[in-house]
Amino acid sequence: MRQYILFKDALKGLWKENPVFRQLLGMCPTLAVTNAAIFGLSMGLATFFVLLCSSIIISIFRRVFPHQVRIASFVVIIATFVTVVDLFLKGNFPEISKALGPYVPLIVVNCLILGRQEVFASKNPLHRAVADALGMGIGFTLALIALASIRELLGSGTIFGVQILTLVGEGGRFRPWIIMLLPAGAFLTLGTMIGISNFFTGRAAKKSACH
Amino acid sequence: MNELLLIIISAVVINNFVLKYFLGICPFLGVSKQVEASLSMGMAVTFVMTLTAPVVWLINTFILVKFDLRFLEYVTDIIVIAALVQLVEMFIRKTSHGLYRTLGIYLPLITTNCAILFSALFLVLRGYNLIQSTLFGFGSGVGFTLAIVIMAGIREELDFADVPEALQGAASTLIIAGFLALAFMGFSGMPTK
Repeated sequence: MRQYILFKDALKGLWKENPVFRQLLGMCPTLAVTNAAIFGLSMGLATFFVLLCSSIIISIFRRVFPHQVRIASFVVIIATFVTVVDLFLKGNFPEISKALGPYVPLIVVNCLILGRQEVFASKNPLHRAVADALGMGIGFTLALIALASIRELLGSGTIFGVQILTLVGEGGRFRPWIIMLLPAGAFLTLGTMIGISNFFTGRAAKKSACH
Repeated sequence: MNELLLIIISAVVINNFVLKYFLGICPFLGVSKQVEASLSMGMAVTFVMTLTAPVVWLINTFILVKFDLRFLEYVTDIIVIAALVQLVEMFIRKTSHGLYRTLGIYLPLITTNCAILFSALFLVLRGYNLIQSTLFGFGSGVGFTLAIVIMAGIREELDFADVPEALQGAASTLIIAGFLALAFMGFSGMPTK
């Protein structure tokens, strides 16, 4: 029974409560860094790491935080782990760090992370908080990779830098859709994807939980 | 003078926070149902942003850089924003009841609005001075207000249209935002710095 609950906690993040398509959380990085699949993957993993670490800390110390200043405490803990990720990326993957730019520090105010702390980690024991963070983190990362792959495929004919569609200049028939790499392409692609996911699940996505 | 004007114009239309940098998307999707509410939200954001910019600049220049504490930047920024939002809320509640009723409910939400943190980080990256930072904060807020009010205007009209069920809500808002972003690209031919 206990394992079943853990399984359910983890699984709901993948589709039923997917942070991007169903809950509309963490929209800013989702839209901003997904012009190439590799950036989507890095951003997803960075967010995943911060979510997991802060969920662990906050779940362990959940009885310590005074109610009035809990949000401020959560934000400071999250900001600390974001600093860790930022320095790690700068040191080991300078190119990715440069491409993601100020969107790495913006993980601090990613409402997905703060939302999970407030709704789940601060109210549940450690093992359930970890399962929840794993599910949400993987769901977020997969959604980012999906969005980024579509944009990269249509925008430059590649996925993760591997040529899929042959360009006109190289003897193929594909002309890149430049709009997919521009801000407008991000809005259009995500809007269409949410529309399609609503169509198949038969209900409109829940209203955004954060502002 | 000319340069200061360019900073404002650039922040308002050319590098619009919502439509170019995807900042503040959550309120953009959540609050943009009515023009009046959007305007209040925009005003609250502009207000806090204009105040945050000089405070962050002062702390960054006189404390973090001076004592070599740059790695604490994110933590201090978010604390400054949270504290400032709290102060502004208390100040408005004491001084102006009308303004509090208009902005009140939106103020606490602003702490986690990524546009404000981004503007704080951006003015350090760009190396703006105190006056430039303040104007940049103000311009970014106005840009946010512009985008959210336009969106609210369109969505009010859309209430009378027959939108397919799957596209109702966030999906159609995002697609409209895509067209708005395309339209705003027209501004990028203007001179920038």
